[in-house]
Amino acid sequence: MNPNKSKAIGGILIILLVLISLFSVKFGAVTISIQEIWSSLSHILEGTEITDLNERIFMQIRLPRVIMGIFVGAALAVGGVLMQALFRNPIVEPGLIGTSSGAAFGAALYFVLGATFGFHFGEWTLPIAACIGGILSTLMVFYLSQSREGGKSSVVSLLLTGIAINALFLSGVGFLSYIARDPQARSITFWNLGTLSGSYWEGLYLVAGVTVCCVLISLRYAKQLNALMLGEQEAQLLGISIFQLKIKILLVNVVMVAVATAFVGVIGFVGLIVPHLLRMLNGSDNRFLIWAGALLGAIILTGADLTARLLLAPAELPIGIVTSLIGVPVFIILLRRSNYFF
Amino acid sequence: MITLENLSFEKSGKQLVQDVSANFEKGKMHLILGPNGAGKSTLIKLISGELKPSNGTVLMDEKNLHHISIKEQAKIRAVLSQNIELSFPLDVSQVVLMGRFPHYEGSPNSLDMRICEESMKLFRVDEMRDRNYLTLSGGEKQRVQFARVFAQIWQPVQGKSRLLLLDEPLTFLDVFYQYDLMDKIREFMVENPDLTVLGVVHDLNIAAKYSDTIMLLKNSKVFAKGASDDVLNEKNIYEVFGVVVENKFEIK
Repeated sequence: MNPNKSKAIGGILIILLVLISLFSVKFGAVTISIQEIWSSLSHILEGTEITDLNERIFMQIRLPRVIMGIFVGAALAVGGVLMQALFRNPIVEPGLIGTSSGAAFGAALYFVLGATFGFHFGEWTLPIAACIGGILSTLMVFYLSQSREGGKSSVVSLLLTGIAINALFLSGVGFLSYIARDPQARSITFWNLGTLSGSYWEGLYLVAGVTVCCVLISLRYAKQLNALMLGEQEAQLLGISIFQLKIKILLVNVVMVAVATAFVGVIGFVGLIVPHLLRMLNGSDNRFLIWAGALLGAIILTGADLTARLLLAPAELPIGIVTSLIGVPVFIILLRRSNYFF
Repeated sequence: MITLENLSFEKSGKQLVQDVSANFEKGKMHLILGPNGAGKSTLIKLISGELKPSNGTVLMDEKNLHHISIKEQAKIRAVLSQNIELSFPLDVSQVVLMGRFPHYEGSPNSLDMRICEESMKLFRVDEMRDRNYLTLSGGEKQRVQFARVFAQIWQPVQGKSRLLLLDEPLTFLDVFYQYDLMDKIREFMVENPDLTVLGVVHDLNIAAKYSDTIMLLKNSKVFAKGASDDVLNEKNIYEVFGVVVENKFEIK
């Protein structure tokens, strides 16, 4: 890794992100012209009412959706970087260790029980429910996969425990949608497949705020995560409190991923491929992986969302299906490569 | 420098270290010898703070080790161990830089970088600085780890003495590098009189040649300790290892 290469990659990623975001606001079920984008932005600046239909589509649907994609992509990718660094393994991502399915379960529970018993504490109820679900499932996987001797997580036991806990929480989601009434069941199905179509400005502020905070916090721990590459014992000999580091990183990751999942549903594989592509480009320094991961994650998710909208236009595919279609082959290639040890 | 007081360690009902007391003087090389399972590695891990003793205390400069934060410990104590793998590909120079982690927040300064350079030169790994650590041979990896560990304790810390622990670091090296490394540790000790070296090696010849004092462990207890020449005799070696020593190979 050298600093000039990092800067070059950063520059290219920013240009790509701007380009793909422009494409993404422009194209979809309705194509929006540059003039319309320009005119609706100037309406906002002047504080005047938007009357044109296309301009309203742009401001209320298209723009929040694209920006939501950017932040969710960043959150998922950085979550992947953190989990891989923490578990010292290149095939871990938030979806595989139960965070996403737990969050979906928490959200489904809120939908069904909230509708049945009528509790609702405003805007924050849904993300908090998703967060609690995500924290619960991640802790279960983390705790159950620790071997009794020495407290180390072997990767095989980690992944297998992840599969089991994922199955548990997804069947919980299945049960809830089975007992749910129609509108609730539809909301639940949306979690499992993931879509950015429900994005709105208030939710976007929350996701953006949480993601930015968590990424900044992660950058502070990049050095310690680098030391962890040597193994937990060696990192401790370098003066790092492993237990505290684990708790902090898990917490940051769970909050970031669970909040994103609360608004857009379960989107897999972004957290897996992004850190990997970056490592192939420029090595494994976590300081680089975190900020570049945020950018590349944003690019990939925005691209996937654009694909999901255009492939069957005017209908659209759930984005989780698109990322899985890209992610699964990459995952299999990783498993078959030999320059990683497991 | 290091004092052990009635140190014991028990794991699942088994005594791995029993009632070890010793005083390791500053500026000398103290080596611990003993057969497999005698408790040598456990003893090193108790002194490095990786394990907490079930009984007794480790004193570092007269201070109880467990009252010193692991961050402070890391500034003055480094451990050379064996067979360290990386979970992700990383350049050699970045691995060596990890040795400076306890000394800086944020980004390394020019002093940190200079120390890494000197340490890499000392262990002749400066020419492979841009290579991926995972692609190196076992011996090369070990030399990179030496460079990293020495970078960690390269400079004296005001008011404290430094400690280098050896946890069988020579195991995967060929004879040339085994002696080369021990020579380097000895040279480093001459220039850094506050450094104490304490550790485990397997080779009796190396122990005899380089150590100032020897501690013999048998069945998790101290069998004998003292100046190397007094402890390493045929009788003690026979009783601890069950082998008869004849002429030593002398490697100059």
